[in-house]
Amino acid sequence: MTPVLSVEGLSKRFGGVTAVDDVSFSVNAGELLAMIGPNGAGKSTCFNLVGGQLKPDRGRVRLFDHDLVGLPPRRIWRLGVGRTFQITAVFQSMTVVENVQMALISGRRRIGALWPKASHLYVDEALELLSRVGMLDQADRACSVLAYGDLKRLELAVALANAPKLLLMDEPTAGMAPAERIELMRLTSSIVRERGISVLFTEHDMDVVFAHASRIIVLNRGRLVAAGVPAAVRADPSVQEIYLGSAGAPVPSGSPA
Amino acid sequence: MAFVVIQFLNGLASAADLFLVSAGLSIIFGVTRIVNFAHGSFYMLGAYLAFTLVEGVFGPAFGFWPGIVAAAIAVAVLGGLLEVTLLRRIYQAPELFQLLATFGVVLIVQDLVLLVWGPEDRIGPRAPGLEGAVSLLGHQFPRYDLFLIALGPIVLGALFLLFRRTRWGILVRAATQDREMAAALGVNERWLFTSVFVLGAFLAGLGGAVQLPREAVHHTMDLEIIVEAFVVVVIGGLGSVTGAFLASIILAELNAFGIVIFPEVTLVLVFLVMAVVLVIRPTGLLGRPEFAIRAASGVAEPPITPQSEAARNWVFAGVLGLAVLPVVADAYVLSVATEIMIFVLFAISLQFLMGISGMVSFGHAASFGLGAYGAALMIKHAGAPMELAFLAGIGLAALGALVIGWFCVRLSGVYLAMLTLAFAQIAWSVAFQWYGVTGGDNGILGVWPAAWAASPIVFFYLTLAVTTLALVILRRIIFAPFGFGLRACRDSVLRAEAIGIDRRQVQWFGFAVAGAFAGVAGTLYAFLKGSVFPDVLAVPVSVDGLVMVLLGGIQRLNGPIVGALVYKLLQIVLASYTDYWRLVIGVIIIGLVVAFPQGIVGFFGTRLDTLLMQRRNNS
Amino acid sequence: MSKAINGRRTASGTQQTGTLSMLTRRDFLTAGAATLAMTAGGSRWSAAAEPIRIGEINSYSGLPAFTLPYRNGWQLAVEEINAAGGVLGRPLEVISRDDGGKPGDAVTAANELLSREKVALLVGTFFSHVGLAVADFANQKKVLFVAAEPLSDALTWEKGNRYTFRLRPNVSMQAGMLAEEAAKLKAKRWASIAPNYEYGQSAVAAFKRLMAARRPDIEWVAEQWPALGKLDPGPTVQVLAEAKPEAIFNVTFAADLTKFVREGQTRGLFKDREVVSLLTGEPEYLDPLAAEAPIGWIVTGYPWYEIDTPRHQAFLAAYQARFSDYPRLGSVVGYAAMKSVAAIITRAGKVDTELMVEAAKGVTLETPFDEIMYRSLDHQSTLGAYVGRTALRDGKGVMVNWRYADGAAYLPGAAEVAKLRPAR
Repeated sequence: MTPVLSVEGLSKRFGGVTAVDDVSFSVNAGELLAMIGPNGAGKSTCFNLVGGQLKPDRGRVRLFDHDLVGLPPRRIWRLGVGRTFQITAVFQSMTVVENVQMALISGRRRIGALWPKASHLYVDEALELLSRVGMLDQADRACSVLAYGDLKRLELAVALANAPKLLLMDEPTAGMAPAERIELMRLTSSIVRERGISVLFTEHDMDVVFAHASRIIVLNRGRLVAAGVPAAVRADPSVQEIYLGSAGAPVPSGSPA
Repeated sequence: MAFVVIQFLNGLASAADLFLVSAGLSIIFGVTRIVNFAHGSFYMLGAYLAFTLVEGVFGPAFGFWPGIVAAAIAVAVLGGLLEVTLLRRIYQAPELFQLLATFGVVLIVQDLVLLVWGPEDRIGPRAPGLEGAVSLLGHQFPRYDLFLIALGPIVLGALFLLFRRTRWGILVRAATQDREMAAALGVNERWLFTSVFVLGAFLAGLGGAVQLPREAVHHTMDLEIIVEAFVVVVIGGLGSVTGAFLASIILAELNAFGIVIFPEVTLVLVFLVMAVVLVIRPTGLLGRPEFAIRAASGVAEPPITPQSEAARNWVFAGVLGLAVLPVVADAYVLSVATEIMIFVLFAISLQFLMGISGMVSFGHAASFGLGAYGAALMIKHAGAPMELAFLAGIGLAALGALVIGWFCVRLSGVYLAMLTLAFAQIAWSVAFQWYGVTGGDNGILGVWPAAWAASPIVFFYLTLAVTTLALVILRRIIFAPFGFGLRACRDSVLRAEAIGIDRRQVQWFGFAVAGAFAGVAGTLYAFLKGSVFPDVLAVPVSVDGLVMVLLGGIQRLNGPIVGALVYKLLQIVLASYTDYWRLVIGVIIIGLVVAFPQGIVGFFGTRLDTLLMQRRNNS
Repeated sequence: MSKAINGRRTASGTQQTGTLSMLTRRDFLTAGAATLAMTAGGSRWSAAAEPIRIGEINSYSGLPAFTLPYRNGWQLAVEEINAAGGVLGRPLEVISRDDGGKPGDAVTAANELLSREKVALLVGTFFSHVGLAVADFANQKKVLFVAAEPLSDALTWEKGNRYTFRLRPNVSMQAGMLAEEAAKLKAKRWASIAPNYEYGQSAVAAFKRLMAARRPDIEWVAEQWPALGKLDPGPTVQVLAEAKPEAIFNVTFAADLTKFVREGQTRGLFKDREVVSLLTGEPEYLDPLAAEAPIGWIVTGYPWYEIDTPRHQAFLAAYQARFSDYPRLGSVVGYAAMKSVAAIITRAGKVDTELMVEAAKGVTLETPFDEIMYRSLDHQSTLGAYVGRTALRDGKGVMVNWRYADGAAYLPGAAEVAKLRPAR
């Protein structure tokens, strides 16, 4: 079966520093692939190369049969890639439901419409998405007053709006309390399973990673150093060395390594 | 060859002054993010104070140099006072609001200068010891210019040492690069801001003072320098002193050699250079990317919701009230009301651009003026009827906005704002210079309404209808998907692009919409006045629009209506009672700024919301 | 200069001067003027003698240095007229407005004066483009407009209209006065420097044209067009010097003139060179230069300190007694403008626009300079200017060896006017 996302020989240099160095991996259908690694390993760069925010120096990124390299984020989104950010990015001047409606409007290519009332468009679909992430009761609140965890949920709802085939989630639980993290990842995995969405996510929280990832890839200093199912990765000595200076496995601990 | 060398030195001498003023401006902006309109006033005050100190207090024989330095110090003290007493109160206000306060200061200083030093130009003494000229390559070269040539690098070197070798300087650099980080490092922001203002004002004051032996001290010096200083700051890169140094030399040299080949070039040179630089390097020569106008205001923007019923009723009552105005008002009141409505429309279109679309414009006059010129040209050259000319005006404004917007949406923040200014100035200079078509500065006469609309009452109703219709349409657009798209791009480019929105395209089109509506206002203005002059494209129109929008409250839909009404009424009515109307209006603006840091409508709107909330809770 | 500074607002001044002085119409004069009219008239007016209301507009806030002496001038005239029994047995009452240097605001003010204050006619303005805007307004509303200071040729020629008359000698007339003197110079290589807008351009064009007719042997070797208020002295003077002209025609004024003069003197630009300079002899421009005033320039201006004709002596005495200050050229213009208004109404015999327009054609009156006439041909008055050379006396610039150039001698004849002034 063709992987949903396949990345081959991806490289990116900033000045003299090689941030991402010849990285290859793929995300299979229905899979939650975790990308882990210490700070500065190149995870965010990798994400931005896949999401179109950055352009790789070398390498290929394909979504099914589509070459994504060189496409701007908006085109990549249209091909079916939803995105959440490490630091949440939502539209502060809109209500929660309007944020989702905005994504729906864009998805249906209605953004040039000058006359209809935007707040009357796709209300049911938007509410349905909010309901799915547990945000229905907050639909009419301003984003500026939301708790951080709720912003993450909202981002998830927004990312789902265009019926994506792949979700790119950059530290989906960063900045949240431990209980909330588990809750959000549980929600995410149940949604992607029911909709058949594949996920590529980065995460510092090893509890989250080992609880939800189908497979794990490990980056260090821009290079892919390990890949496999959680148990195998945990047992990999090179991974242990990266994380703990050879003293042990990346231990699920709750706090970022 | 000798000529080239000498002319190069001339350019360097001219650059010194520009550098002093723009370096101060750049430092102030870099740290405080304030677009300090009053910087030109510092410059002018420096010149006037130097004149007084040199001629009066110290006596010309011995006191030239002490007088120059004392003047700069006095201006520095004034700058510090301004920061402590006024600007400190409003750092938490929304973006650009400080600009409004400094604009109030400009008005006040203009009249104070008039009151203290009188209307006539003053001519200061020559610098003792540097009076004459030296012979250089067979040319007579002024000694004083040698001093100026040295002054630029000396000040640059001193600033360099100050920033690299003192703890204060390191803090300033830290704050310029990352305000939050500086605050986290325990920097006392208040005093840092004050001291930066003092330094900036000192440099501007010095720049003005050293002009004493070269030019007449006069009361339009402030505005002659301020726009150019901004251009230098932007070309050099915001916050970069070295950039300002480079930019001032480049501009001065281009001017020095430009006038050899093309003497008319001074009219527009600086703006052409700025436009070219910004198109090629969107953050200036040495600027760092993405310098938002005010990075951290600390104020989260409230969601824009459709009007509350109360607000809607107010607008409705206003329109109704205007509709019956002709019953009670004479022709003059009607013409004033017509003019105010036109500016309401202009302000609304600017708010659409700034508030909704997040693109600050310092050159919205371009659209207003193109609207006016489009109509006037159609009448002058095609003999078209009013109705057709009206459409031509809107068309030209929209077309102009499409062209200007295409470039501008590639930039952001102050750079975008300054590029709009550059284009507006280029449009202005075309209208000013192209005699065959636009009539140059003598304008186009005979742009009167068609016979059916000639009476003040009919034209009043026409304006009321057009303005109301435009307002309704713009409101619809704001709450339509397109308006949402504009706000999306303003709120978060990252998110917008990540949900498939083509930011540039949406903003480009938004720019054109705002331009078209400003063009409607400009067209009406042309027919109201019966003639069109390059003024309609000039900076004062853009500034008026900014003041109206900021005064009302940039994020409030009814803000520009109230802002335009208050400001125009102040202009037309309140100013009638005093000789020193600039002083009065400046004081009023500052009073409003301090009292209503979210704008007038912002202030009352917030109060009203709270009130409604309480009532709802009670019931 | 009217036109001149006009540019200040439009031109580079654009942003600069004009920039912020956005405010408008002030009635600050109204009260004063009305009081004047009343006190001057005093109890002599019967209740029936309702004042004739005159609408006056000028750039008071933008150009106080120029318009305040002008205001003094017309106030003096109003006082004299009313003290002498008024016009048609009625006192004059002037309602004055500030245009802030903006044509749009001038039209608003004119509108107010006309529809609210019910003035009989309009008078004033300084900037040419403001004058043109008001002139067009007057044409549209069919009201008489006596333009006081604007200098643009277009006001009475190319864009002339039935309702507009102009007092001051226009650009071409003044250039003609200077050309007459300049033609006598030996200089063959000429350079020009003028602010880059219509006033500067038309002045240079007119001067060149008139010189070409008189002196086909001269050539123009350099020209400089600094934007108004933007003259960069060092480079500009250098470029002119490099061309090695034998004479320079200057049209810059005010702050630009100061920079030009100071820099030129330091660099020896004026050494052994003739300079012919428009308006520089007017106290408004010469006095601020103080001890640095240029010497030996051929200029147009107003040597109030030396004119000893009885009509000027009378004016000078009255002015100094009233304001404890010496008159500027603007004072004479303001004075003569209001006297023109009185003469026109008197000649019309009735406050009626069409009658006044007919009366204005060919009306004659006394001014501090000379007796003048408003030509029916092109509505231009024959007021002239003084032409002489500058000198330094007691640390101040003055005009010497001057003569009065009667405007009538520099105005075109009927055939040429017919070409210049399209029938409207």
